[in-house]
Parts: sequence; C-alpha cells; structure tokens
Amino acid sequence: MKIFVCVKQVPGVSEIKIDPKTNTLVREGVESVINPNDRNAIELALTLKEKHGAEVLVLSMGPPQAEEILRESIAMGADKGFLLTDRAFAGADTLATSYTLSLAIKKILKESDPEEKYLVICGAQAIDGDTGQVPPELAEELGIPQIAYVLSIELNEDKIVAERKFRAVEIVVIETKLPALISVLNDINKPRYPSMAGILKAHDNSKITYYNAQDLNADEAKIGLNGSSTEVWKIFAPERKGNRVILRGTLEEIVQQLCQNLKDDKIL
Amino acid sequence: MSILIDDELCTGCGSCVNNCPYSAIELVNNKAKILPSCNLCGACVEPCPVEAITLKRGAQKAAKVDFSQFKGVWVITEHYKNIIHNVAFQLLGKGRELSDILGVDLTFVILGANFDNELDEISKYGMDKIIYVKSPILKHYYSDLYVKVLSELIIENKPEIILIGATPTGRDFAPRIAKKLNAGLTADCTGLAINPETMNLLQTRPTFGGNIMATIRNPNSRPQMATVRPGIFKEPQKVEKKVSVKKIDYAFEEKDSVSKIIKVINTSKTHVNLEDAKIIVAGGRGVGSKEKFKLIEELADVLGAELGGSRITVELNWLDPDRQIGQTGVTVSPKLYIACGISGAVQHIVGMENSDVIVAINKDPDAPIFHIAHYGIVGDLHEILPILIEEIKTINLNKE
Repeated sequence: MKIFVCVKQVPGVSEIKIDPKTNTLVREGVESVINPNDRNAIELALTLKEKHGAEVLVLSMGPPQAEEILRESIAMGADKGFLLTDRAFAGADTLATSYTLSLAIKKILKESDPEEKYLVICGAQAIDGDTGQVPPELAEELGIPQIAYVLSIELNEDKIVAERKFRAVEIVVIETKLPALISVLNDINKPRYPSMAGILKAHDNSKITYYNAQDLNADEAKIGLNGSSTEVWKIFAPERKGNRVILRGTLEEIVQQLCQNLKDDKIL
Repeated sequence: MSILIDDELCTGCGSCVNNCPYSAIELVNNKAKILPSCNLCGACVEPCPVEAITLKRGAQKAAKVDFSQFKGVWVITEHYKNIIHNVAFQLLGKGRELSDILGVDLTFVILGANFDNELDEISKYGMDKIIYVKSPILKHYYSDLYVKVLSELIIENKPEIILIGATPTGRDFAPRIAKKLNAGLTADCTGLAINPETMNLLQTRPTFGGNIMATIRNPNSRPQMATVRPGIFKEPQKVEKKVSVKKIDYAFEEKDSVSKIIKVINTSKTHVNLEDAKIIVAGGRGVGSKEKFKLIEELADVLGAELGGSRITVELNWLDPDRQIGQTGVTVSPKLYIACGISGAVQHIVGMENSDVIVAINKDPDAPIFHIAHYGIVGDLHEILPILIEEIKTINLNKE
C-alpha cells in the first residue's frame, strides 16, 4: 500500500499581522514551517505504516525552498519526498493546487503499480489560507471518496472506518473503501520529532524527486494563476468596532452602571 | 503569467512591499522589484496608489464562460435530525440583500427526507423559490450524493451565486462541487457584497489566522461559490409571501453511496449550543484556575447563559473543548457576551466580535479586548463577579 501525504510550507502566521494605522503587513521574524495539521497527517501515515506496512510518500507543491519540509518529513520517518516546483505553478488557488497534486499522485502510481491500493492523507487546513478546500478537491480530481475533518481512523484490508467531526458536539462514524482520501484535525495524534537516524536519512538526495509542469504533463490552463478561478482583490486589517465605554467608580458603582446600561439595552 | 511593474509609474512608495504576505517585493533604486519568492497572489495590485502593478495572466486562459446565462442566488442547506442548520437562515438574510441588488430570485435548496410539513414555515424566510430534493436516504448527509445531486441541479439551473454554511458538512461537499464545475470557491467568508461596477460577488474572509482580511473575487468563472461562517449574518425577519416549491424525488439507496454511515455519536453529556445562545459568559487565562472557573459558571447560571472560553482555557483543561470560542472553536453572536479575563487575541475576537453587546472585564487596561468591548471594566474579575452575581440575583428576584 502507498500512503500519500500532502504537505505545505507556511509562514508561522501568528507573527504576521497588519498595522492598523498604516494598513501594511508586519512580518517580523516570521519563519517557514510545515503546516501544523500536515504534521498530524505525517504522524498518522507513519503510525499506519508501522501497523500495516506501507510506503509513505510526501508531496508538496511550492517554491524550491519547500524542499526543507520534505526533508523534515523524511527525518520524521517518511520514505520519499516529491517537490512539485515550477514558476508556472505560482498563483495557484485551491482548484489549481489540487489539479497539480493529483497529476503527481497519478504519475507516481502509474510508474509503480497502478493497481496498488492507496490512501491520501492531508492536514484539514493550512494556517495561512485556512480554506481546507484542497483535500476534497484533490479527492474529486482523483475520483476517490473522501472523509474530511477526521478525528480517528481504523484501517482493515481495503476498508477504512473513520470518525469525522460532523457538528459542534456530534461525530459521525463513516466506512469507505480504498483508495480514499482523508483530511485530519490536530486532535488525531501528537506528531513525533525527527529521529537522529531520520535526520541522516533526510540528507540523502536520492530520497527527493522534483517535478515541474512538463514532468507532470500539466495542462497550462489548469495550473498556477491561469488555472485559478479566485483572485485576491485586496487585503486589509480587520476592523474593530465597539464604543469603548470604560466604567469607572467603586466596584459597586461599576456593577450598578453596567446593569443599568444592560437594562437600557433591553438585555437584562 | 507574471506580476508586472511599470517603472515609469512606480514612485517607490513601498505600499506593495508592505502589503506582500510573502516578502517578495523590494525596492531597488527606488523602484519596486519582484523577487523569485513571489506567489502571484495579487495582494500588491490594489494597494498601489498609482496603478503601476498589473497581474498578467497567460494567453491560455480557459475559454470564457457566457455569464449572461447565470442568474439567481442559491442558498444550500444542511440539517440534522430534520432541523435545518441556523446558518442557512442567516444566509437567506444576506442572500435576499444580494439578490435584490442583482434583481434576481433567491432560491433555497434542501436535500432531505422529511420536510414536506416544514415547507410552509421555511418559506417565511424571504426566499422566492424552494428546491426540495427528497429521498429517504437523505435524512443523513452523504458526501457523494450531495455532490452528485447538487452538481446536476447547478448545471441545469445555472445560478450565479451559491452560498453554503462553512460547517464541517458544507466545507466537505462545496469544494468537490467547485472542482466538478471548475467554479471559484471562497472558504469561510465573513463578508459578502456586490461590486456595483462589475456586479461580481466580493467575498471577504479572515486569513493568516484572522490577522489579515482578504477580499476575494471570481471574475472569470460562474457560479461564484462561497462557504460562509455561521453566526456572522443575522436571520431575516419572517415574511408572508408566495414561494414556489419544486419537489424532486430521488430513489437513492444506501448502496448508491461509496461510504456507509455507521453511527452518529453525541460527544457531550450536557447540551452545549453556543451558536444559538442569547447570552454567553466566557472566561480566559485571567480566570486563574479550574477551581476559579466556578465563579464564571455561577455568573452564567444566574444569567441563564451558556458558558464559553478562549482556547487557552480548553488547553489547560479548565473547560470542555466544545465550549471553545474563536478561530479554532465556534463563532458566536449572542445578544450579550461577557468576556472575563480574556485579553482578546485576534483568534478569539474573530469568534465573538459580532455579538450585539460585549462586556469585557480585565485587569490590564491595554488588553485588546477593550477595543471591541461596548462596556469595559478594568479590574479584578474575582472581586467584581461576586458583586455582579448578587446584583443579577436581585434583578431576577424583582422580576418575579
């Protein structure tokens, strides 16, 4: 069995913000990391490999420096990394990204054993875009069932049974057949740290394969900016409303004022 | 495909440099220069005061769709135990506004098993049409059946805008439909508007963990699809009007889906429904301990409120995960939100800033929560809450 894990290099977003006065981005000391949910995806793949035996192949679409996160994945225990990198991939929205990832998965399957069963694991969403759209779109492109927002999974021969977050307090248990795609939430496991042996393995250049648009035989109208239906029109700082009345006085006076205000607002 | 900068126009003001999320622009000899790390996201185009930046697409752009065929706004609903998710009604309110601007019909789409007797009540939410796809199996949510039925309906009827709740269910089927139709889909929107010049849908959403807002458009594809965060828009006033209902029967069986639903587990012993709560009392790190959270609970109790908290309180195990409010928890919009010991990190604020009245109690006068609070109290919640609780009790007594 092959387990494909799709990962994304993201900026550590909590440091990125917009200065509300100048409406410009502040990016002090932002470094690039593996998207946190994608670490959970790698961890799950490695756990399934240990239990059932599988080849864990990690894919990422991104600029050349995204190679770093593939090496990190290998250091955690993945078998191989595939970097899909080409200027033509830039500007991709989720439609173009899922198309490009699907081409790589199809190519890898075709060049090994097309009949081999496989599972695709993605992080539920990336912390920069937060869309969570690539996993279902990738499943659609591959023509396989998906289970999104997975909290736990059991693999049994060619069947998977997964618990999926369904509503605020409800979980639904779903069974489907391989090949399939799942996207995982961070509650599913605790990602491991790279091992010493893994870090040595990650330096082995033969573990990483590079694909450009031509290698993937990609349709130019479906990749990068050309293949994207959505466009960023503008970005800005979140607006903050509120009338900011600070209540003052003794504790009793403050509580009295608050309750009076809430009565006036017809809340109490 | 590239970003082009007109050196003749560029004044070297640096607006683009400051607006690039990828640090991919620098000023060289007082002219903006694009670096290889550019992701062609286009965030620099609009901020340029002299319109020196253009995003150039390749010549091979897929054939343009004839937009004139696409008309109408659709809201697609989900339900559980035959109860329609509130976000669908919220979307009907916003959908009405958008369809009135466009001068088109608003259609409500239900896939279900048992809504025949509910349609009269549902039709009071201001739509012009209801499409009710009926099949016994659709009492449950099946990803592939939703995708199949909805894609066929959309191809046949060609709506220009489709709004779907950004719930785990909506965010499961919407992307697959978008892929099937090659339609632009924007995730988890918190703002929707029509561009008066182009009549395109402008979709605003938080990104980079809520630190940045982005407005997205789909200028070259139809339908324009968006999933919308629950709790952002208000439900419309109910109206009496004639609504046309189109019922379509499907004879699906369980084997028609590639997936089998084994069971639904309720994970909460007590019923937590923050999304519908009228009053929410929430605690943050400033509460201090699990023991001290009892005080927050007591205030919630006397107010008849639901209890909530920021992410840290869940991580510290002071509070159950289903009570987490914010970017990674639920989004709420009660009439009254009392934030106790919550500093107001942006990840929390995006989950509650649409509350009608926000009261903040915090020791730190510079806490960001005070920027969005309607009534702020700078002080120790452990001193203030007992007095507030007593006062509310007195008010309650006087009411009886």
